[in-house]
Amino acid sequence: MGKIILEMKNITKEFPGVKALDNVNLQVEEGEIHALVGENGAGKSTLMNVLSGVYPYGTYSGDIIYNGEVCKFTKIKDSEEKGIVIIHQELALVPLMSIGENMFLGNEKGSKNHVDWNKTYQEADKYLKMVGLTDSSHTLIKDIGTGKQQLVEIAKALAKQARLLILDEPTSSLNEEDSKALLDLMLEFKKQGMTMIIITHKLNEVVYVADKITIIRDGSTVGGMDCKKDVIDEAHIIKGMVGREITDRFPKRHDVTVGDISLEVKDWSVEHPIYAGRKVVDHVNFNVKSGEVVGIYGLMGAGRTELSMSIFGQSYGANIKGKLFIKGREKVLKSPREAINEGLAYVTESRKVNGLILSNSIKINTTLANMKDVSTNNVIDADKEYAAAVEYKEKLRTKTPTVEQNVGNLSGGNMQKVLLAKWMFANPDILILDEPTRGIDVGAKYEIYCIINDLVKEGKSVVMISSELPEVIGMSDRIYVMNEGRFVAEMPSDQATQENIMAAIIQSGKGR
Amino acid sequence: MKSMTLSGFVKKYTMVIALILVLILFVITTQGKILYAQNINNLISQNAYVFVLATGMLLCILTGGNIDLACGSVVCFTGAIGAVIMNRGGNMFVAVLVMLLIGALVGAWQGFWVAFIKVPPFITTLAGMYAFRGLSNVVLEGYAIGISDTLFLNVFGGGADCYIGDLFGGTDFNVLCVIVGVLIAAAIILVTFISRARAKKNGYTVAPFAGVLIKTIVICAVVVWLFYKLAQYKGIPTVLIWISIVLLAYSYITKNTRMGRYLYAVGSNEKATTLSGIDSRMPYFFAYTNMGFLSGLAGILTVARATQAQPTFGQGYEMDAIAACFIGGASAYGGEGNVFGVIIGAVLMGVINQGMSIMGIEANYQKVVKGLVLLISIIFDVLSNRKKS
Repeated sequence: MGKIILEMKNITKEFPGVKALDNVNLQVEEGEIHALVGENGAGKSTLMNVLSGVYPYGTYSGDIIYNGEVCKFTKIKDSEEKGIVIIHQELALVPLMSIGENMFLGNEKGSKNHVDWNKTYQEADKYLKMVGLTDSSHTLIKDIGTGKQQLVEIAKALAKQARLLILDEPTSSLNEEDSKALLDLMLEFKKQGMTMIIITHKLNEVVYVADKITIIRDGSTVGGMDCKKDVIDEAHIIKGMVGREITDRFPKRHDVTVGDISLEVKDWSVEHPIYAGRKVVDHVNFNVKSGEVVGIYGLMGAGRTELSMSIFGQSYGANIKGKLFIKGREKVLKSPREAINEGLAYVTESRKVNGLILSNSIKINTTLANMKDVSTNNVIDADKEYAAAVEYKEKLRTKTPTVEQNVGNLSGGNMQKVLLAKWMFANPDILILDEPTRGIDVGAKYEIYCIINDLVKEGKSVVMISSELPEVIGMSDRIYVMNEGRFVAEMPSDQATQENIMAAIIQSGKGR
Repeated sequence: MKSMTLSGFVKKYTMVIALILVLILFVITTQGKILYAQNINNLISQNAYVFVLATGMLLCILTGGNIDLACGSVVCFTGAIGAVIMNRGGNMFVAVLVMLLIGALVGAWQGFWVAFIKVPPFITTLAGMYAFRGLSNVVLEGYAIGISDTLFLNVFGGGADCYIGDLFGGTDFNVLCVIVGVLIAAAIILVTFISRARAKKNGYTVAPFAGVLIKTIVICAVVVWLFYKLAQYKGIPTVLIWISIVLLAYSYITKNTRMGRYLYAVGSNEKATTLSGIDSRMPYFFAYTNMGFLSGLAGILTVARATQAQPTFGQGYEMDAIAACFIGGASAYGGEGNVFGVIIGAVLMGVINQGMSIMGIEANYQKVVKGLVLLISIIFDVLSNRKKS
């Protein structure tokens, strides 16, 4: 057994009214990759914030012992001086600054009043090389993709002389390829003696990189696993996380009859709104039938969101060409309102940014897309609105004391339910779900899947966009594969495997 | 529902508490003069424009912290046009209609650029501030123009007879005024408890009974006391009716209509609002057009009170309106704020002005104090929000 580099003992952290952490213990050995897993809201991020000094010493109880000494961090700088560096889930980079400037932001090279740019960029290049990034450190952040941005974050951490690196959901916005590269990089760092803690929802990643696993549930540690000794598989971890066994991650659909084509898109092309002539969606054809779940799989940047937003009342893009048929009739939808009136709903990706009004109540969010049904002559009927919100809260089993609760206070899974409620209340026939389960835990995912099944049972059509292969395969009747703006394959789900979907993408890339 | 904690209470009613403290301070320093009937009457009449403009400004601020710098100039411009019409023998009703219409048109003009062309509101209205100030001068040819239409003055709060006369023939004490006050208090009680009972029947979460009771009693006491005071002077000033109509109407619009909801939604998350099928340009257009309309009304009240129009009228009014909104708890980022807050903000500003004037503090220092009050109230807001998150 190696040396214990970090020990967190009996950590308890309370927020007004909630005990976020309750006597949590964590032991990390030097030079290992330690995975921290648990459902959303279990307290993983809180624990790491305690460790890194985001919550200063004194606002929690318990001890942090790092390298044999008790640490009392009062700010993030304190922990960074010790070599503990956290990379947050939301990337903290300034888009209009160069890679080099970002890496040394707040930590500038040079003397007190003078920034030495030559040294900055030289150092930056050195660390970029370590993470395997070949871009110049003068490149602006906005010009590189999310995958590379994540690498810049890691390079930034290395530049701070990190000895213990904490990665909070590092792959949540990366595609499979970039995720794999990142995980391999972690394994490479491990060989060089770096200690790492990774928080992630993706259990295959845990199995791939972790040496040890600590499971947190409802603010307390419920178990640990040693990958060298125990047999680790996803089912074990899930059981630990949710406290029960989930036998089938994708609920089966019964008694669903697939009917006629409800939405058909022909020869659909969309150009980038700013860079004229750059095709973001390129001659796409697809259809979905009533009672059917159609999956659109593609990597980040494949043009899936752009496709769906351009369909949804031309909310994205310029020079949109192609034909759109709803129940066999050609339609031109010029605004989201027209799209909604034709029975379309687009459940947005990133619920916090384009989906919900976080500072408003569940009630207000629920009725936002269909205020017509709760008002007469433009005046809102408070009774009807309340009743509608309660109805959907109960239908979707949203966990909240009241529908007056602000959406911002809910967990990711419950937020997603409110977002679904909003669109279900608009009573659409065709729902386009963009990454409906991103960033939510296994239990909540299962509930979302059940809701999708209920929707198609009612004869509605569902288009599910996702970058999680198992989910697309497990939930869809039919799968379209999208890459670089084009649809490169279509297959029924019983013929779909991870291998042949990825093969389709790689094939299409070669053809260019 | 959990009962409210003390700190929660303080946070929710920070500005109300501040208002009470400031009032107590002035009662002490002015030996109670600030509560004289005439001073209370003046407080209302002098600040009428603040109530009206701040209500309009609230809607602009809700859309995302956007402000209208032009409203002071528009007040002057519409007032000037009205004065000229009446001065040339035009009918008062025509004058009023023209003033409101011109106000709304000016608002629509600005709203068009803000909403549909996406010119930043700050710049659009800065341009309007210059342009309409200039146009006011053009209309008035640089002179003051007097207004002698007594009906106009009486109805809109100018001259000596702009009060509701006493039907019961009281000379020193306006009995009608007190009766109206009591009736309003009764109406408040009735509405509050009927709606609470209905809410309870429908299974909504309702505020605890004791809290509602205390709140209602306090509000009713203030109302009755206010009307009692007004009765000791000359009765209900007509301008109070206009203020009340505006406040009630916009309280309803912001709370109960779809457009009201859109204003808040756009200010909180414009992307989500657009993707919910709401044309996000409409709230902007509505807010700015409406701001122009209310500037027209404020123009009417301003020239009526002064019984004339001058090219310098309305200067700094926009800032008073903005300050009242922010003191009243509107968020500088949009999506938060309400008409009740505007009332508190406007009254607080008025009390400070009035109190210091009675104390004989020089006008320059009054501005210093007003500036500090605005800053402190925002600091309070920022700090209490920080603790929340």
